[in-house]
Amino acid sequence: MYPAAFEYHAPASVADALKLLGKLDDAKILAGGHSLIPMMKLRLAQPKHLIDLRKVAGLTGIKEDKGMIAIGAMTTHWEVESSKVLKSKCPVVSETAAMIGDPAVRNKGTIGGSLAHGDPAADMPATVIALGAEFVCQGKKKRTVKVDDWFKGIMETALGEDELLVEIRVPALAKGTGAAYLKFPHPASRFAVVGVAAVVTLDKEGKCTKAGVGVTGAGTHAVRAKGVEAALSGKKLDAAAIEAAAAKAADGVDVQADLQGSEEYKAHLCRVFAKRAIEAAVKRAHA
Amino acid sequence: MATATDTRLLGKSIKRREDPRFITGRGSYTDDLKLPGMTYAAFVRSPHAHAKIGKIDLTQAKAHPGVVAIFTGKDLTGVNSLPCGWLLPELKVPPHPPLAVDTARYVGDPVAVVIAETQDAALDAAEKVKVDWNVRPAVTATAKAAEKGASQIHEVAPANVAFKWQIGDAAAVDAAFKTAAVTVKKHIVNQRLVANAMEPRACVARFDAATGDLTLWVTSQNPHVHRLLMTAFVLGIPEHKVRVIAPDVGGGFGSKIFLYNEETVCSWATRQIKRPIRWTSTRREAFQTDAHGRDHVTDAELALSRDGKILGLRVKTIANLGAYLSTFAPAVPTYLYGTLLNGVYEMGAIHCDVTGVFTNTTPVDAYRGAGRPEAAYLVERMIEVAAVALKMDVAEIRKKNFIPKFEHGYQTKVALTYDSGNYAAAFDKLLGMLDYRKIREEQAAARKQGKLIGVGFSTYIEACSIAPSKVVGSLGAQAGLYESGIVRVHPTGKITVFTGSHSHGQGHETTFSQLVADELGVPMEDVEIVHGDTGAIAFGMGTYGSRSASVGGTAIHMSIHKIKEKGKKIAAHLLEASPGDMEYVNGQFQVKGFPGKAVPFGQVALTAYVPHNYPEGLEPGLEETSFYDPSNFCFPFGAHACVVEVDRDTGHVKLLRYVAVDDVGNVINPMIVDGMVHGGIAQGVGQALWEGAVYEDDGQLVTGTMMDYALPKADMLPMYETERTVTPTPVNPLGIKGAGETGTIAATPAVVNAVVDALRPLGVDHIETMPLTPERVWKTIKAAKAGR
Ligand SMILES: Cc1cc2nc3c(=O)[nH]c(=O)nc-3n(C[C@H](O)[C@H](O)[C@H](O)COP(=O)(O)OP(=O)(O)OC[C@H]3O[C@@H](n4cnc5c(N)ncnc54)[C@H](O)[C@@H]3O)c2cc1C
Repeated sequence: MYPAAFEYHAPASVADALKLLGKLDDAKILAGGHSLIPMMKLRLAQPKHLIDLRKVAGLTGIKEDKGMIAIGAMTTHWEVESSKVLKSKCPVVSETAAMIGDPAVRNKGTIGGSLAHGDPAADMPATVIALGAEFVCQGKKKRTVKVDDWFKGIMETALGEDELLVEIRVPALAKGTGAAYLKFPHPASRFAVVGVAAVVTLDKEGKCTKAGVGVTGAGTHAVRAKGVEAALSGKKLDAAAIEAAAAKAADGVDVQADLQGSEEYKAHLCRVFAKRAIEAAVKRAHA
Repeated sequence: MATATDTRLLGKSIKRREDPRFITGRGSYTDDLKLPGMTYAAFVRSPHAHAKIGKIDLTQAKAHPGVVAIFTGKDLTGVNSLPCGWLLPELKVPPHPPLAVDTARYVGDPVAVVIAETQDAALDAAEKVKVDWNVRPAVTATAKAAEKGASQIHEVAPANVAFKWQIGDAAAVDAAFKTAAVTVKKHIVNQRLVANAMEPRACVARFDAATGDLTLWVTSQNPHVHRLLMTAFVLGIPEHKVRVIAPDVGGGFGSKIFLYNEETVCSWATRQIKRPIRWTSTRREAFQTDAHGRDHVTDAELALSRDGKILGLRVKTIANLGAYLSTFAPAVPTYLYGTLLNGVYEMGAIHCDVTGVFTNTTPVDAYRGAGRPEAAYLVERMIEVAAVALKMDVAEIRKKNFIPKFEHGYQTKVALTYDSGNYAAAFDKLLGMLDYRKIREEQAAARKQGKLIGVGFSTYIEACSIAPSKVVGSLGAQAGLYESGIVRVHPTGKITVFTGSHSHGQGHETTFSQLVADELGVPMEDVEIVHGDTGAIAFGMGTYGSRSASVGGTAIHMSIHKIKEKGKKIAAHLLEASPGDMEYVNGQFQVKGFPGKAVPFGQVALTAYVPHNYPEGLEPGLEETSFYDPSNFCFPFGAHACVVEVDRDTGHVKLLRYVAVDDVGNVINPMIVDGMVHGGIAQGVGQALWEGAVYEDDGQLVTGTMMDYALPKADMLPMYETERTVTPTPVNPLGIKGAGETGTIAATPAVVNAVVDALRPLGVDHIETMPLTPERVWKTIKAAKAGR
């Protein structure tokens, strides 16, 4: 086996999982394993214990709940991609999931794992930011974290060491709302070199009453493109308005240069994909 | 299923007989081997690109449960340097110890081996080996290796220069440039690639203390070469006490030709511990230690007359060889490169100057195409640059310069004599498939709408069917490049063929049995192909350089001929006829023109083994051996075209069409050849657009996993449109040229030319460095816009 030795635990309930998490030294939660296990195989991560959530009851499934859609943390990308509820109430989440990796990755990887892991190039963060999602965490107490407080740094989130992410809540799209997520995939990994999600609500005159824009890939973590949102709000979203708003897409992103692009190029991609995502969202809002 | 009733099996797309076992997981690979008492090896590798090795502390590692033995470079007494099998004049050959002793010279250079009861224990213990590294400055960039102040890698190679080599006529080129109406000059970076065979390298070494025999199972494209190099040069064990087996091998693309550190160390170590040892590379080790390919930095100049005739080509190349000389490294950027610069064109004069340099990177050697893709890329890029300078159409300039059709030899300006060619015919066929005029019209219309559509060509040639032993010997090869083929007819008329070629994906078990069944008129099911075992096969040079069908196949063909000749004697005796009156038709020996006066093949076979009624003086048995040494290389050629669209906002290249016409001479199994072409194109496109091994200045390989190194995937490629023309080679009796590398050689320039053509309206005529990543294309667009 390529990873360093570890002990495997498979609790059946959230309570048991939390107990193990509190008790064991150097323990890691295992969800779909599609971020954690690759790191363990390269021995970049060498946890002594793995607490597998797959046998824990109550962490999967997608249901409507008071205008929100509640997605269990252990719901796989594939389940998110093919969910009837999401497809009718908030299709952009399904569409984002469908763009993750390949079928093998989507059949194993989970939405909770992706959002708990906080990979800077993950797709779902952009979409949950644009939508204004909430994260339900269970530790000694249950608490709800707003998406704007969630992503903190490279693979760093608001999740406490003794907490599980149990549920992700996204709003059902209101009338007159359109949403889209577009990405520029890494040619090898298919992660987002840059990905932008846009959610816009238009009134009868076609004026934007609400805009949410999330940018992933370019920086150390996904962020809300506040400048873009402000530039969209209250405007009639014609080509010029969209272009002007999208020009602010890289503002506030701590763009990281890497093999896929210099700072200049990635900032440029933020703007290009912001424009394209907003255009697509507006088109859907009109429809 | 094909049977004897088929008139001819040659030229039929018969399904590959090896595929059922591969696609149902029943292949038998090196790593599948289980032997009693097996131990497992893990290598401790340098994390630094250049470092002196200080004290190696094994205390903790030795105490790890399950560890059987640990060896460092100092323990390998009596083990010689890994040899270089191709020597150029004044080549600097530095020592290449199987385990580095004083200095590690690239990230991944092995310094110790840990052998344990389980693979886990070996890997865990390897992490506990503590090495005092004294890190030294590294040099990785090809163009910087020989610069003043660059870190010195080997004592024997001042300024890190391994060799300087040239070919052609410098004075004639100078003269051509003086008289030329137009000259163009470009800087061309042919980036470093990683072969990435699906099966990683692996070996199992077993020493039998009772007999003194050593058996090595290894992922090899040429087990006899492995045995010869290892026994005669490195370990000094007698060749006849060593058996090398290359069982099912999952791809090689050149990277499994070479003798590597790991199998050498395991073969030595099994004799120390007297237990079998298995080692299997991880993917990460594969990225770091499988020989890489390409890595040239070149300045090329082309001189032309006003009407577009090529007068001269001047080439100066720096070739990166990596940290050590891999087995055939010196041949690749010299004799497999400079000699191909004549392309398919009449050229006034050519001169090529190559400097081979050492760097603190993984050794570089042959990768699918090996030298020939670099040459084709250069020639095909430069001719399109010239077309732009001359305001000529890229198809027109090619037609103007093609060597006219010939059947018996064309002497190039760079040593080679092409076998047979009809370059314009292949190109015309391609233009027809493409509907060239229409596509240019569509392009013009699209440009009006601001779309960046491009069409690129590549009319390539390559030298394969490697190679006449005398010729390569005079050029520095330390081996002959013939092939052996033994045909053994059993008493029941069933046939086993022993070939020195080695299949690691090519489908020899199908192609060769098809060839034999065709020539003997027997069912394919009656023919078994044995390859990859020095214990079974007379000798073999293996598979690379598109040589299996043309060289290996011809050896088999020669043995079949001998079988027929012997069979005629036996049959003539049974029929009381004269052997001179016999012929072999439809699976029987018959008196010429009298199918009724005949002896079936099976009866002749039985008679040969039960020789009661038998010709006087004739040896019993029906088995023949042949060694075929070709009189020349073979020269497949063809014309490829690619149509692309460039996204001007992102620089992303979308492939719209890929059209290919190849001429590989006669074809045994069209489906298998198509498969070769398809896979080759994918790899060629991969080089053009996505692949590239990138080193940091400190020598870390930053594209060292599948998450970083972008291999082509099916959904990134269009449906290929492929056709063939057939120009048989006069070199071998089968008329086969070779088909293993054409796609890789042709595709890269076609794609790059298409992208450059797409950017023509912006004033772009070249992009220096591959791969054409979106950012590189975007920056090119940006610079072009700024420059106007
Ligand atoms: C080949 C490949 C391609 C990929 N491509 C993409 C892509 O294009 N886009 C993309 O976004 N992602 C991609 N991924 C990542 C994939 O989406 C992962 O599945 C996901 O990021 C992590 O989810 P997981 O369920 O696999 O989590 P795991 O790997 O099991 O866990 C990841 C981390 O989160 C923690 N964790 C997981 N669940 C919880 C929880 N409920 N509570 C607390 N902590 C938790 C774990 O402890 C671990 O630290 C790819 C992965 C691979 C292997």
